[in-house]
Amino acid sequence: MFREFVEENFVLSNTESKRPFECDGLSVYKEMPRLVVMPGSTEQVQKAMRLCQRHDVPVVVRGAGTGLSGGALPHADGVLLSLTRLSRIIEIDPEARLARVQPGVRNLEISEASDAHGLFYAPDPSSQIACSIGGNVAENAGGVHCLKYGLTVHNVLQITIVTVDGEILTVGNEGLDSAGPDLMALMIGSEGMLGVVTEITVKLLPKPSHCQVVLASFDDIESAGDAVSAVIADGIVPAGFEMMDRSAIRAAEAYAHAGYDTNAAALLLCELDGTAEEVQAEIGKVVTVFEKYRASSVHVSRDEEERALYWKGRKSAFPAIGRISPDYYCMDGTIPRRMLSRVLSGIDQLSTEFDLRVANVFHAGDGNMHPLILFDESKPGELEKTEAFGAKILELCVEVGGCITGEHGVGVEKLQQMLIQFNDPELAQLNAVKDAWDPQGLLNPGKGVPTLKRCQEYRSL
Amino acid sequence: MTTLSQLLDQVRAAISDSEPLCIVGGNSKRHLGREPAGSPIEVADYAGVVEYEPTELVVSVRAGTTVRDLQEILAGEGQTLACDPPEFDGNATIGGSLACSQSGPSRPWYGSIRDHVLGVRLINGKGEHLRFGGQVMKNVAGYDVSRLQAGAMGTYGLLTEVTLKVLPKPDSSMTVRRRIDANEAIRAMNEISMTPTPLTGACWCDGDMYLRLSGPGTVVEAAASGLEGERLAHSAAFWTALRDQASPFFESAKDLWRFSVRSNSLHSKPQNDWLIDWGGAQRWLAGQHDGDELENISASSGGEVTRNRGGDRNAEGLPSLSGAKRALLMRMKQAFDPAGVFNPGRLYSWM
Repeated sequence: MFREFVEENFVLSNTESKRPFECDGLSVYKEMPRLVVMPGSTEQVQKAMRLCQRHDVPVVVRGAGTGLSGGALPHADGVLLSLTRLSRIIEIDPEARLARVQPGVRNLEISEASDAHGLFYAPDPSSQIACSIGGNVAENAGGVHCLKYGLTVHNVLQITIVTVDGEILTVGNEGLDSAGPDLMALMIGSEGMLGVVTEITVKLLPKPSHCQVVLASFDDIESAGDAVSAVIADGIVPAGFEMMDRSAIRAAEAYAHAGYDTNAAALLLCELDGTAEEVQAEIGKVVTVFEKYRASSVHVSRDEEERALYWKGRKSAFPAIGRISPDYYCMDGTIPRRMLSRVLSGIDQLSTEFDLRVANVFHAGDGNMHPLILFDESKPGELEKTEAFGAKILELCVEVGGCITGEHGVGVEKLQQMLIQFNDPELAQLNAVKDAWDPQGLLNPGKGVPTLKRCQEYRSL
Repeated sequence: MTTLSQLLDQVRAAISDSEPLCIVGGNSKRHLGREPAGSPIEVADYAGVVEYEPTELVVSVRAGTTVRDLQEILAGEGQTLACDPPEFDGNATIGGSLACSQSGPSRPWYGSIRDHVLGVRLINGKGEHLRFGGQVMKNVAGYDVSRLQAGAMGTYGLLTEVTLKVLPKPDSSMTVRRRIDANEAIRAMNEISMTPTPLTGACWCDGDMYLRLSGPGTVVEAAASGLEGERLAHSAAFWTALRDQASPFFESAKDLWRFSVRSNSLHSKPQNDWLIDWGGAQRWLAGQHDGDELENISASSGGEVTRNRGGDRNAEGLPSLSGAKRALLMRMKQAFDPAGVFNPGRLYSWM
């Protein structure tokens, strides 16, 4: 029936053509959808939603499929709605500093298209070459630069939504504020459970004229963690502030040859941007703090080439770790910065307890940890052991005042940890929000927020 | 001193008696929205800092804390709530500022109050005290109920606690003033916003454009040297009055409309009394006007218009909505406040 309004070759029903859609970036979860539908316009999305609603068919919306929480895992009885064909940049208004785009546009494409005007789109998740802006909206994607420039929710002006019953809603506007309850904030990060976003207007920022990075090595991880807090306490908001531990440093250096000190216990990358005067002044302060916290070496990038090299190691850390372990599992807990040392040593203990290696690469500036648990899926029971280890890490994050996910989303993998984060009345309130948008529960069922029935099952475990 | 249990008791009693409540903080924004109705529930005395950790750039306060008190506490640590909400003679509270989505002249560069929110606690319409969001910079667990409250004017619950991101206070500021007409000012403000300039204010009023630069002294000096116009020796009072809507333009306006539009959209109805702020994205229009005409103007400028002050407060004052959006907002109201006790009719006549 979808073929009545979507071109024949964009409705996929045979197993082989559906195969690429069976999982997202969290490939331990796989499911074959009943049908893959690839609409080419907002009208086609509307018709698809109406049809699914009429026949009570679940719908899972997918962008580029780079998500790390199984948020785009298909439903066996449902339609997988792939928005990759909606890939047009509709408008760039450099003077008003905004871009109007379709959801399938890749994150990096927006910055590339604005570059000639000296502008860029700030949120830059690691997957920015591949990930789509629609997916970024669904997950409230962050990235390396969000300490200074904010998350997706801080950089979107307007969105067009197709609701579960095929209605079109516009939320926000091309100005900065919108009257009434902030439905835009609610939609951003709602993991495809409230509506389908078919158009997005994002904010563009002027590119800073200067940018330099300070690379520092430390002999112990606690000093590095304390140095992070000290820089921020000194009144500096770095554009990016990243930390890696020894396992991550070694893997990244072997892969990218970025010039990292492989004997260091921890490494910090602190990027500063702004006018020439601003950057000079801040570099001086950062170097002083790093020396005070006994950094074993401190390098300031001399030119763009060196800055790119220092970042190359960090940016390739995940694939680099992929080379030293058959599989890895990436966690996403976020904690108050001052708890860094405590949580890192907690993870270290758990690593011994579970007998699984961990590499830590993370956004230290905003406390967003990405412990990578190294495991081998082919060994019986090891995936289960890894998941149990991951759950313990998230519990630890909540215990110190943090949260279970900073930017990857709950998806299918963290449903159970939602019960640590929220109590039953809070979960009931979240479910009531879901019901207001999607009373039949057709949009991305079984993700994001556990239903009350599942809560009871989990709590009785 | 109001306690949480007093607030909870009052809400629960209102629910069981089906008695509407009018949420009151510092009573500084009573002019906003439609005519207030219901028995008052006073939040102003539920005040004070719950937790402040300067190195985390995070503060949690009870909703009745005034913006002024919070800014003083933050200034003691060299920090600030950078969205700079209006203080309204010191009466504005953090809860009210978030509920009414109030931000100051720096909003285009530092973000709105909702952008600074990390988490809230609120009492919903079932009389439950709930926590959403948290105290960390990034948190995507569950729907963003915290930021949803911005602009809801209390209709989706009574805010009791707000956690906010704070920033280092800039070392210095400088303001440059230039005589210029509105069209030229809109163009100039947009052009300079395209460049990496440490702008924290861009406003046009009464034939003058004001540009504010903030940051370390050398940075401000370097940026100011490239700007045409007169450097003002004392400009803090100008920006404070603008923020608090207390400058002569606002004082003389009995009826006031607020436009939120694409920053470079054309200037309309130039013969009227306008104040243009936020680099062109927020425009205030004084006087009595036909609401439909203003909606047409805002729509062609990519934005919306809201009645801010004066006029018929029993009529709708917010931008008109499609049937689908109205139905959705109503279902959301049911989700948060099934008995309809919080601020009925304040936002929309039907909610």
